[in-house]
Amino acid sequence: MTDTATSGARATPARARSGRRSLGATAEAFLLALPMWVVFAAFFLLPLAVTVTVSFWEFTQYSIEPAFIFRNYTDLFDGCVEDLPYLCTTLKTYLSTLKFCAAVWLATLVLGFTIAYFLAFHVRTLPVQVTFFLICTIPFWTSIVIRMIAWIPLLGRNGLVNAALQGAGITETPLEWLLYSDFAVILALTHLYTLFMVVPIFNSMMRIDRALIEAAADAGASGWQTLTNVVIPLARPGILIGSIFVVTIVMGDFLTIGIMGGQQIASVGKTIQTQIQYLQFPLAAANAVLLLVAVMLAISALLRMVDIRREL
Amino acid sequence: MTPEKDVELVGVTKAYGQTVAVDAIDLRIRGGQYCCLLGPSGCGKSSTLRMIAGHESVTGGDILIANRRINDDPPARRGTAMMFQSYALFPHLDTRDNVAFSLKMQGVAKAERRARAMEMLDLVSMTAYAARKPTELSGGQQQRVALARALMTRPSVLLLDEPLSALDPFLRGRMRAELRRIQRELGIIFVHVTHSQEEAMALADLAVVMNDGRIVQEGPPRELFNRPATAFVARFMGGHNIMEMDGRTVTLRSDAVRLSRDAEAGRRRATVRDVEYQGAQVHLNLATEAGEEMAAILPERTYFSDPFAPGDSVGVAWAPEDIHEVRAGA
Repeated sequence: MTDTATSGARATPARARSGRRSLGATAEAFLLALPMWVVFAAFFLLPLAVTVTVSFWEFTQYSIEPAFIFRNYTDLFDGCVEDLPYLCTTLKTYLSTLKFCAAVWLATLVLGFTIAYFLAFHVRTLPVQVTFFLICTIPFWTSIVIRMIAWIPLLGRNGLVNAALQGAGITETPLEWLLYSDFAVILALTHLYTLFMVVPIFNSMMRIDRALIEAAADAGASGWQTLTNVVIPLARPGILIGSIFVVTIVMGDFLTIGIMGGQQIASVGKTIQTQIQYLQFPLAAANAVLLLVAVMLAISALLRMVDIRREL
Repeated sequence: MTPEKDVELVGVTKAYGQTVAVDAIDLRIRGGQYCCLLGPSGCGKSSTLRMIAGHESVTGGDILIANRRINDDPPARRGTAMMFQSYALFPHLDTRDNVAFSLKMQGVAKAERRARAMEMLDLVSMTAYAARKPTELSGGQQQRVALARALMTRPSVLLLDEPLSALDPFLRGRMRAELRRIQRELGIIFVHVTHSQEEAMALADLAVVMNDGRIVQEGPPRELFNRPATAFVARFMGGHNIMEMDGRTVTLRSDAVRLSRDAEAGRRRATVRDVEYQGAQVHLNLATEAGEEMAAILPERTYFSDPFAPGDSVGVAWAPEDIHEVRAGA
């Protein structure tokens, strides 16, 4: 009640002032925002609109016709309800993608939180922090394809890991699940995207007043209690932002899953890519819209847990 | 009422690399005393407090509380509690849970710890704000919550790091009275770090003036004000003229200075530089013939019965017993 009253009182003179400054200021503000709007419209809104439009078009094996039909969507879920105890292709693919998503999210969260904690609370000087950050970005110094190929000499049948394991007498035969497997996919994705967890969590942690840690110790909190009662709650915005990054990227990934899975593992991104290869653009578009909805649902669920605008 | 729980520092030293922040200080604070550590910034008062609190390691010497050496104990086992300068309230917890934090750490059940937090909030008159987050509280209210949270562990020593510096002057006066009241009620030792001699004089049973990592003088505030040991203490406490007299350094309280119209009548001849009206008293800056600066404080009525104007020549006089000799140096 009081809040509304004060903000109302504050708003009145502001409105009066903007009234006096009139059109000039408003036009200026619009002009300043214009370049961003153009970029946003040209490279995000327009392609999105085209994708949504095309998803309702008709296609045959040799043509694509503008239309407004729902067949592309119904085809996606063909047999999904009828066969229910058995999963249809779309559901299976989504389930597999979600499984990777969950595994990578968990792995990047644990790793990212630990690294961020180390950087924020144990590294005291800025130059050392910057150095460690640069080390964290090393995976991004080469192209994604080279990064993928580089796993082969390490994890392959005759790779370094298998050679070491056999040399040490731990295993007799090479481990087959190291490469072209679920494990390989999760490993590669974790390796790529941990940084997307580290940065936002580190950012949140740096904003924690160090006196709070002392205050917790003063109140008799053990290290673990300080972590669960002070550090984690206050790092929550960073954890959520990092989670959004990782979930969004992994949901749409097809390259990593393709290469590291030996082209044997289904993923939503992979499906879309295949459909595009067969020039089934409307079907691919419908699939993309579905993926978009799924990702947005996941993000809105995450956002429910924290008010990002207030925390940033 | 007062448990005998003296705090004793024996040769306590704190060094950061080559820099010595606290240089082998000895101090005994008796049970139930309100002690103010006083000094300019960088004098080592905060380091001393943080060493007692256990948030800073002790480089040398011993800290004893109730005759027990606590150098290596974690903060919670020392029987101390600290109130931080920035209050350090947990931003994600409301007032009640902030106060109940230490009980939660001990594993006290939710209902009980909340009930006890409310009792403590009552002591600082903050029960009405129990459900608010720290950001929804004013500076003074945050401070009361910080005080309640610190007292929740039933400490035998409460450590306060410049607790009033973030408040406006009006609130500062009120909180000062409140701190004193709570300290008397609980009968525990308060160690209060401040750079304000006014705060120390208003609060302390034992005022400790520090400079360059050493204790320059300790004692009741009145003793420090009337018998400063060095020119530094006199300057720091304020209200003193520091003069050279026959090769000795002496101090003279500004309110003991007497002025007369007859420039020849006093011990020094001086010119009035400027006059500052301060309400109950009037503050005059003087320049003596020898070029020394002096200050005189006159009661308002005395001054206005025969006011001086800037530029007037005056005779400066004082009673010989008001001259107090101090040690040279810091």
